[in-house]
Amino acid sequence: MSYPADLKYTKDHEWIRVTGDTATVGVTDFAQKQLGDVVFLDLPEVGRVVTAGESFGSIESVKAVSDLFAPMSGEVVEVNEALKSHPESVNTDPHGAWMIKVRVSAPAEVAALLDVAQYEGLLG
Amino acid sequence: MRPLLTTSLHAVHVASGARMVPFAGWDMPVEYSGITAEHMAVRTRAGIFDVSHMGQIEIAGKDALAAVQRISSNDASRLANGQAHLSGLLTPEGTFVDDLLVYRMATSHFLLVVNASNVDKDYAWISEQIKPAGEAACVNSSSRYALIAVQGPASREVLQPLTGVDLGDIKYYWFAHGEVANARVIISRTGYTGEDGYEIFVPPQMAERVWKAIVDAGRGVDLVPCGLGARDTLRLEAAMRLYGNEIDSTTTALEAGLGWVVGWNKPDFIGRDALVAQKAAGVTRKLVGFEMLERAIARHGYPVTVDGQAVGTVTSGTQTPFLKKAIGMAYVPVALAAPDTPLTIDVRGRAASARVVPLPFYKRPKEG
Repeated sequence: MSYPADLKYTKDHEWIRVTGDTATVGVTDFAQKQLGDVVFLDLPEVGRVVTAGESFGSIESVKAVSDLFAPMSGEVVEVNEALKSHPESVNTDPHGAWMIKVRVSAPAEVAALLDVAQYEGLLG
Repeated sequence: MRPLLTTSLHAVHVASGARMVPFAGWDMPVEYSGITAEHMAVRTRAGIFDVSHMGQIEIAGKDALAAVQRISSNDASRLANGQAHLSGLLTPEGTFVDDLLVYRMATSHFLLVVNASNVDKDYAWISEQIKPAGEAACVNSSSRYALIAVQGPASREVLQPLTGVDLGDIKYYWFAHGEVANARVIISRTGYTGEDGYEIFVPPQMAERVWKAIVDAGRGVDLVPCGLGARDTLRLEAAMRLYGNEIDSTTTALEAGLGWVVGWNKPDFIGRDALVAQKAAGVTRKLVGFEMLERAIARHGYPVTVDGQAVGTVTSGTQTPFLKKAIGMAYVPVALAAPDTPLTIDVRGRAASARVVPLPFYKRPKEG
């Protein structure tokens, strides 16, 4: 699978779609391959304020559980509740299976995210 | 750090795109198509596993039976030639050095199959402990065998065309010498999945040929190669104990619910006195099965709590692909061990509800 050029990325293997001051967050194809079959998602409540680098939830596969890290600071304005009932979508459509939308409070953190070339470089 | 060991099927795994991970010093496939798909294939059709990392130790000589009877908890005198059983390699305290399968190859020749992580420790222990038994020698013959498991209801249908051995004649926990795909092998009706199936001991140089022949023969039933991930979820559904999780040097055979691998009528074996005493006094904790009552997986090492205090420990836990529930096993005080007892498990700081259920979680349907 190729990595979409219109997304930003983190070294924690999350992707971010930035639309105005809203950032939509999910995990990358690389992440879902490492995790294997995803069975549970623990996502925050709408209204929670997160700081860049803070754990905002967890993603659990048959094998293991991993933290989800906020790629940037801001307020959670929307949560993909439907994804909790179909966590396997993270495996089948990783770059479509979004988890939260964050209203960005520090635009500089968004500017520091990796672009697709940097992310693919990280994967080697 | 020692470089990882590789099985004779390593190149096949890598070429077929398996995800490889270090396991017990070996570079092993953890999954091919995904744990869920592999697990379901074994429950409904067939899967093939490379378990060549398992260790083999052989004991032979005039007093081989006495040697095995001393080191192994189960009663090997009850094994006919060609028969196998599960047993424990116990400490004098009745706890586990390892668990193992004991195969009676001949009257005075036994093959022990042990966990990969324990081969060196087991071999050193056995070498020392069989000395008082008389004339018996033990050999670490792990490098002489590749081990391929074919598991699932369609296993026999897949394998039968590849061998002249009538597989229907091999009863559960018996084995036969024969050939598969023109390689000399031992075919054993055993496994670690809770499903019918076979484990095939193959000369390493023939492993690739045998593997490929089985994969080809399995196309009709959609047999899939499986990794250690599915092996773990399958054995957990079947409540098979895993060394390092359910059993180790701190847990006794009785606490682990493995009294059935103890030869209580044997006059002596290592660990006997401790187990007899524990049986008379009663155990204070027991291994139980549980299922989660909420959306959470309780994993290895998570505490079982009462009023916020840890009273037990989860040994294994997963979301099972076949039963589609979060299940696990845990050591709990006997007062909490009865089926339907509510349990609280600390899942990363959150108190999650579970209840005790009978083991095994999954039992294969009886053949018609």
